[in-house]
Amino acid sequence: MSEQQRRGGDGKFGRYGGQYVPEALMPAIEELTDAYERYVLENEDGFMDEFRERLRDFGGRPTPLGRADQLSERYGVEVYLKREDLLHGGAHKLNNALGQCLLAKYMGKERIVAETGAGQHGTATAMAAAHLDMPCEIYMGRRDINRQRPNVFRMRINGAEVNPVDIGRGTLKEAINETMRDWATTVETTHYVIGSVVGPHPFPSMVRDFHRPISAETKRQSVEAFGQLPDAVVACAGGGSNTMGIFSEFVDPGGLPGTDPANNEPGAEDDVDLYAVEAGGSSLAVDEARGVAPNSASLSTGTEGVLHGARTKVLQDGDGQIMESHSVSSGLDYAGVGPELANLVDEGRVEAVNVDDDAALEAFHRLSQDEGIIPALETAHALAYLEEHDDPTELGEYVVVNVSGRGDKDLESAIEETAKRDLPNAPEMDVFDEHGGLR
Amino acid sequence: MSDEPMGGAGQSRIPEAFDGEPAFVPYLAAGDPNYEASLEYVEALARAGADCIELGLPFSEPIAEGPTIQQAVVRSLEGGMTVERYFEFVSDLDVDVPLVCMTYYNLIYRYGEAEGPEPFVERAAAEGIDGFVVPDLPAEEAGPLREACDEHGRDLVSIVAPTTGEERLQRLVDLASGYLYIQARLGVTGARQSVSDRTAESLARVAETGTDLPRAVGFGISSFEQARDVIAAGADGVIVGSALVDIVAEGHEADRPVAETADRLEELGRELKEGALAGAGTEASQAD
Ligand SMILES: Cc1ncc(COP(=O)(O)O)c(C=O)c1O
Repeated sequence: MSEQQRRGGDGKFGRYGGQYVPEALMPAIEELTDAYERYVLENEDGFMDEFRERLRDFGGRPTPLGRADQLSERYGVEVYLKREDLLHGGAHKLNNALGQCLLAKYMGKERIVAETGAGQHGTATAMAAAHLDMPCEIYMGRRDINRQRPNVFRMRINGAEVNPVDIGRGTLKEAINETMRDWATTVETTHYVIGSVVGPHPFPSMVRDFHRPISAETKRQSVEAFGQLPDAVVACAGGGSNTMGIFSEFVDPGGLPGTDPANNEPGAEDDVDLYAVEAGGSSLAVDEARGVAPNSASLSTGTEGVLHGARTKVLQDGDGQIMESHSVSSGLDYAGVGPELANLVDEGRVEAVNVDDDAALEAFHRLSQDEGIIPALETAHALAYLEEHDDPTELGEYVVVNVSGRGDKDLESAIEETAKRDLPNAPEMDVFDEHGGLR
Repeated sequence: MSDEPMGGAGQSRIPEAFDGEPAFVPYLAAGDPNYEASLEYVEALARAGADCIELGLPFSEPIAEGPTIQQAVVRSLEGGMTVERYFEFVSDLDVDVPLVCMTYYNLIYRYGEAEGPEPFVERAAAEGIDGFVVPDLPAEEAGPLREACDEHGRDLVSIVAPTTGEERLQRLVDLASGYLYIQARLGVTGARQSVSDRTAESLARVAETGTDLPRAVGFGISSFEQARDVIAAGADGVIVGSALVDIVAEGHEADRPVAETADRLEELGRELKEGALAGAGTEASQAD
């Protein structure tokens, strides 16, 4: 495979990728591809300079890389946390949302639409659109609206319309379908800000490149903090945007012109092990007859198929009907995954692993209590992998975990899900009486 | 474009649908709301004078469909429709008109042991499917399906959108066989009141390419008047989906006898066919 192919320059990552969308959208996708190549890859009109400046002044980049003292002691390895939870909005999502909204502006688009699962991408898009003075509508599944209420309010407060999607199970998959339908109607004036490294080319490459600062900073900060690149990088994977964000400069160093190089040995990137942690849900088994997969582990258990514009690994039945996925975290609750990540797993460059709902909830409480950081339930999966690993020291001396987001949005569902389980480390949350007073 | 057919299923019959009067091309989702009723409904449309039928194979993620057809897909899948049942459905159908399988690429791609679309096309051809419309397969990705269609003497219909520019239009014309599906308006499927200006514009642009492929217009057509206007604007056929699916949905919700819903479908079908004929200046038969 050529370097060009590996990077998706032609829209394909090995067997995966492509552009499986209605003809009505193809002219807009051609226009977007052209804009991506000119503004992002070639910094035309100083686009990337403006993007980086806004990421700094509006977004708060760079985010810190900090040592997790208690976790380091617990696992016997040096655990460092890349703090994307400190990015404006509380998750890595702003990198991409800001990049795409700005690109839409450069392209002369007047309106923004986006889907959201956990509501983090919707929130980031609503913020970026408000910041850039563009009208914005977000599609969100009914079930996700109910489990991520704080983010619904945040989007509304930032001036976005939130459109509930009732069909199907009411999660991310249905929200993407509905946003594509809106886009098919309004494509001449509207840009669709896809929320992960999924969808038709150029989205997987473009979204990855907007998240590339995570990786570039991690490299530089690692060398500064401990004098070398990390031995392992661990990130959760739903669609895989925080994952590709923090992996990209290890997979393809300098793949985006203008990215600050880190002061590391040339080629040392190849020795960094990369782990994508998927949501194992309640079980890895699937119920073909009911079309239900009680997990969202498409890299680990999915098969090749075509979903939402790309050929990739998907959860599907023998006919190719897409299954309903499940995860305690709505941001990982998706039946597909980015095509580049699927290819990196096939190539052996990235290892796909998974942890279940229970382990993720435990990790949520552990980071909150031990490090004073309440992580998103998505992020909790990455942290749970350290706990679930038989011997974390096998990961190497220095391990970086991407803290893709903070857990404020998850408090309600975390409390509810915790109450259903007997977790060893959960605090007693039954603190209010029926009148709302403290017990 | 298709050359010589191979295999035992002969050649696509789609050209027959467009060899005279304006064509009426109805769409229904196979198995909506259940297998038996759906057979009756498709047969009713054939009696109404359908020249070609687009028979939907339901996919769980119908991104190009509006609410009407989305619900049809849900009803059909909940009624037990599978790829295997679809092929049975096609062979159980007692109609003598060309059949176009309308579905999404993943179902075609996944079928069979060998990789790619060929096993699906081979099986579909053997069961009597004449061609394919695949809304999520633009020219960029259509190569393998085009090849499989050529190998089995089947047609691959291209959808031309209002946004399709000159260069893309030429590619679609070069790729397609059977007919061109002219999408009347932007958006998703669903019944509308009037014919969009963009329809006439699209028809004119297609005519400029000099193609001799028939041009069938779909998306939003629901009445005699619209069918007439579309043909008068230069189309060779009208494609009608949601307006018919609405009748199926109503019948299902009101728990009407299957025969009654079938009659209603036949009635609207006749009206649409007559509208198409009226658009060509052909005298529409008043008595039926
Ligand atoms: C905090 C956080 N992490 C991770 C994800 C998963 O997305 P991705 O796999 O694209 O990073 C989400 C999605 O909503 C999220 O909110």
